[in-house]
Amino acid sequence: MTEPRSIGLVTAQKAVFDTPITLSSGATLPHYELVYETYGQLNADKSNAILICHALSGNHHVAGRYAESDKSAGWWDNMIGPGKPIDTDRFFVIGLNNLGGCHGSTGPSSIDPATGKPYGSTFPLVLVRDWVETQARLADRLGIRQFAAIIGGSLGGMQALRWTISHPERVRHALVIASAPKLTAQNIAFNDVARQAILTDPDFHGGDFYQHDTLPRRGLRLARMLGHITYLSDDGMGEKFGRLLRSGEYKYGFDVEFEIESYLRYQGDKFSDYFDANTYLLMTKALDYFDPARHYDGNLVKALAEVQAKFLVVSFTSDWRFSPARSREIVKALLDARKQVSYAEIDSKHGHDAFLMEDAPYHAIMRGYLNNIAHEVNA
Amino acid sequence: MNAHALRPDLRHIADWITPGASVLDLGCGDGALLAWLAANKDSRGYGVEIDVAGVTACVERGVSVIQSDLEAGLSTFEDKAFDFVVLSLTLQAMHNIEGILTEMLRVGRTGIVTFPNFGYWENRWQLLLGRMPVSETIPYEWYNTPNIHLCTVYDFERLLKKLGMWSTGRVVLHQGEKIEFLPNLLGSLALERFERA
Repeated sequence: MTEPRSIGLVTAQKAVFDTPITLSSGATLPHYELVYETYGQLNADKSNAILICHALSGNHHVAGRYAESDKSAGWWDNMIGPGKPIDTDRFFVIGLNNLGGCHGSTGPSSIDPATGKPYGSTFPLVLVRDWVETQARLADRLGIRQFAAIIGGSLGGMQALRWTISHPERVRHALVIASAPKLTAQNIAFNDVARQAILTDPDFHGGDFYQHDTLPRRGLRLARMLGHITYLSDDGMGEKFGRLLRSGEYKYGFDVEFEIESYLRYQGDKFSDYFDANTYLLMTKALDYFDPARHYDGNLVKALAEVQAKFLVVSFTSDWRFSPARSREIVKALLDARKQVSYAEIDSKHGHDAFLMEDAPYHAIMRGYLNNIAHEVNA
Repeated sequence: MNAHALRPDLRHIADWITPGASVLDLGCGDGALLAWLAANKDSRGYGVEIDVAGVTACVERGVSVIQSDLEAGLSTFEDKAFDFVVLSLTLQAMHNIEGILTEMLRVGRTGIVTFPNFGYWENRWQLLLGRMPVSETIPYEWYNTPNIHLCTVYDFERLLKKLGMWSTGRVVLHQGEKIEFLPNLLGSLALERFERA
C-alpha cells in the first residue's frame, strides 16, 4: 500500500445521452448529459468499479484538484485517493453530478434544446430511482456490469440503497453512510422551510429567474443557513463557536455579533453564489419522496427481498438529522430479510457532517471493509 | 486457519456448532470464531460488538458485525433467527444476566456461554487467605475489575433452571485442557450449552 496522498490533478468528462428517459413523475427528457470524473484504472474484467453517489448539494468532483492553484480539493478527498480508504490504486472510482444538478449535468439551469432557454420551472422532478437509472446507463456506457461497491452518505446513501433494490445483480457491496430508509416528518419539515425561503423570494419568479437576470439569492442563503444548522450538532457548534463575539462586546443591534452568525451568513452567501435554487428545490424533494418500501406495503423487508449486495451501514452518534436510530432501521430490515450487513456507530460530535470528516475509527472501518472488497474482486 | 489457531474456549465452542448452522456471536471481539466457523463449518454468522476496534477487525476479515451494546438487548434480531447464540467471556461483566440469557434463547435455539469459574480452587484458596482472587481467568484486582457477576459452575446451572432452561453440555477447562475430575474445583473456565427446558 502506498502512503496516502491526493489523486492530484483530475478532469471532468461528459456523457451525452440521446435515448429518452421517462422519469418516475411521468415526464420524459429526450436528451440529457451527465458530468462525471473517474480516478484509478478499470481492471480487465471490469470488476473493480466503485460509484460514489453525492448528497444534497454535491457534485462529481469527489477527489483531487483541477489546477495546482485550487485552494480546495474534491468534497471527499480525505476518503478517496492512492492509499486512502477508497484506494484509487486498486479501485476505479466514479463520481458524477446527478441529473437535475447544477454542476454540468442537465438540470433546471441548462438550456432546453426545444426552446433555447433555460428549463427553469419546466424541469421535471427527479426521484432517487431516476438517478439510479441514469447512473446505470452511465455504467453501461463505461462497460461496467457490476459495481464492486456503491457508496454514498445521506442522500447518497439512499441512492446506494435504491441501487441494490432496482439492480440487485449489479451491486456487490453497498456502503450506506449517515442515511435513512426514508425521511421523518421533522426532516421533511426542515426541507420545506428551506424550500419556502426560496419559493417566496421575490427574485425567484416561479423558477424562471434566469430570464429576469436575477437570482433568488436571499432565499437560497436562508435555506443553506437552516440546512447547515441541522448538519451540525449542538456540542460541535458549541465547541467551535460557543458564544464568541466578533468585537468582544454586545452591540445591541441586528448586525453580525456572534461568531456563529458570521459563520452561517458566510456559508449562506458562498452557497448562494454557486448553487442553483431550482436544483436545491429538486434535490430536497427527492429526499422527501424517497421511500423504497412504498411499493411494498410500506414494508422495507419485502422491498429488500431480492437484494444481493452485502452492506456496510455507518452512522454517527451526534447526527440528529439522520440519527443512528434511522440507520438501525435499515440494518434491522436487512437482517430480517436475511441479508449480509455490518453496522458501525461512530462516536463523533460533528453531527451529520461527520461523514465528510477525517476521523480515524470511521476511516479504519471504511478501509477495512474496502480492503476486503478489493480481495474479493482481486483488485 | 485450523482449529488450533483459535483460543481454547473458542475451539471447544466451535466443536459444539453443527455444520451449516447460523450463529450469533455476542461480544464477538475481532470475529475470530465466526471467521473460523465460516471457513471450516460453512456457517452463516453475525457478530455483535460494542468496541469500534473489534468492529473494524471483524469487517477486515469479512465477518458481518453489528456495533451495539448487549445491555440494550437484542431487539435488532427476530425470534428464533439463529441456531446458536454464543456469549464468550462476557457474561460476568454484564449487568442484566437473566435478561441476556432470556434474549439468547429468544433469538436462538441453543445458547453457549463461557465464563471464569469462581469455584476454581485457586480462587477459593485466595479467599480463604482473606484476599479477593486474582487468577488467569479473572486477572483483575477488585478495584479495577469489569467483572461484576462472578459465579461457579453450579451457580450458573441453578440460574438456568430458574429461567426454565437446562444445560445440554458442559466443558470445564484449565489452561486450555479439559478437566474431567472435580471440574467445579479444578477448572478455571467453564463452557455451558443450554436450551429451553
